[in-house]
Amino acid sequence: MKTLFKKIYSGITESIKPSLKKDHNAVSARGIILFHHTSDVIKAEEVLRGAGLDVCVKGPPPEVRTGCDMAVEFPLVSELAVNRLLEQNNVKPINILPLQDLLLEPVSLFNTKDFGDFLMVRAANMKITVDKRDLRIVNISGGGCPDVPYLAEQLVGKSLNDAPEPRSLGKTLCGYALQLAYEELRKQCRG
Amino acid sequence: MSWVILGTAPYEDFPLVEGVCSVQNGRLILGEHSVKIARGTPALITTACISAQVLGISAPKAMLVGDIGDGKGSEKLYARVWEQIGSQSMSLLTFHYLQPDLNWCLKINMKLEELAQRPTLVADAGYMYVAKMSGQANLYDLFTPDIGEMAFLADENAPHPFYTRGFLLQDESSAPDLIKRAYEHQNAAKFLLVKGRKDYVASQEGILDVISEPVVENMEPIGGTGDSLTGIVSSLIASGIQIPKAASMAAKANRYLGLLANPTPAHSISDLMAYLPDALEKTLKEYDYLCF
Repeated sequence: MKTLFKKIYSGITESIKPSLKKDHNAVSARGIILFHHTSDVIKAEEVLRGAGLDVCVKGPPPEVRTGCDMAVEFPLVSELAVNRLLEQNNVKPINILPLQDLLLEPVSLFNTKDFGDFLMVRAANMKITVDKRDLRIVNISGGGCPDVPYLAEQLVGKSLNDAPEPRSLGKTLCGYALQLAYEELRKQCRG
Repeated sequence: MSWVILGTAPYEDFPLVEGVCSVQNGRLILGEHSVKIARGTPALITTACISAQVLGISAPKAMLVGDIGDGKGSEKLYARVWEQIGSQSMSLLTFHYLQPDLNWCLKINMKLEELAQRPTLVADAGYMYVAKMSGQANLYDLFTPDIGEMAFLADENAPHPFYTRGFLLQDESSAPDLIKRAYEHQNAAKFLLVKGRKDYVASQEGILDVISEPVVENMEPIGGTGDSLTGIVSSLIASGIQIPKAASMAAKANRYLGLLANPTPAHSISDLMAYLPDALEKTLKEYDYLCF
């Protein structure tokens, strides 16, 4: 209880700000998760910390406060893993936001390229290509986080209908971008 | 002096391995480990090894660790690199697929800044993302983004390409504007090699070269064709060629690689490797460099 009080106190006295900046140009690498209830904050912190993620509880910035005056700060690159862990443990966040700029939204524009028998979709920095004749995933390219080569190993060669969804294996924002490209490709292949 | 390539392999249990590497029977050999060449850092190292042979220079040293996206392997590698900087003589460091970790990048930047003679610094993939996020992109000599990553470099607020703002159009025609904006906000390395339908070599001064021929459309979907470009440019820099010239030549060689291999979008980068010596030799001749 004492620890919880300390957390709330520090959250109120110092709400989250991009304090990691050691250079005036640096961009914060952290994200925040907002919840309706304090009990969810505590559970989320326990689950995420238990999975080895570097998380801490702080007060949310005023512009995104919704009632529960605590939020969980986490390494933004691990957003996909965070989403999955919360879902598996039935903890429902209101929102997950990048701390650098709370108005930033995930990429929503897709670029599609037709290569005749093959169709490629790009979302942000990730590309996925299928053979239109049998819907086999033939290539995954782009990205920079280490789960991308891993996801490619798991998905390439499998049918779009049978392959695991990138979000079930990926852990990073690159994995998340691949999930969006994958969903768009499925949509386009369904016609 | 050694040139070193740092990155990850997509295996959870692959230990941190370092040493001079070679290519045998279509696999990357590093110490007692034999690694599949599919994409990512193993593809970059393989390209660099083959290119080094063509150029008549020593093979690169690699530092490779397993990581499937949880960042555990990357953390070991960051710590090892941080220890090594300054303790051994390095002429070139190429950073590649690593989990972006701002604190480690800032520590590495600090150590690099302390060196009397800094190695040439090339960054691609995850390390390029975090080098931009550190606010010290201009400490680095060369970034090799594609158009989606170029939009991220141009967005001073984006912490990752996934959060690049929509008004920064990620189509090829906007590359010159994105390059200009990245330099205005000091989010680019001293030189950029932007890969796409047209490849751009740029610096603070503007666009230095545009390489647009030959066009091999089918290269774009193939995983690892960006990694091969970074491998080629690293080897050309290691051979003593100035960065902007090396970037132009690498872009041309990677295009010839596609032209000679004539792949479909279903090919793998490993299918293309047999064509790399000819592609590089053709480029060296075109640019009046002697083949060794």
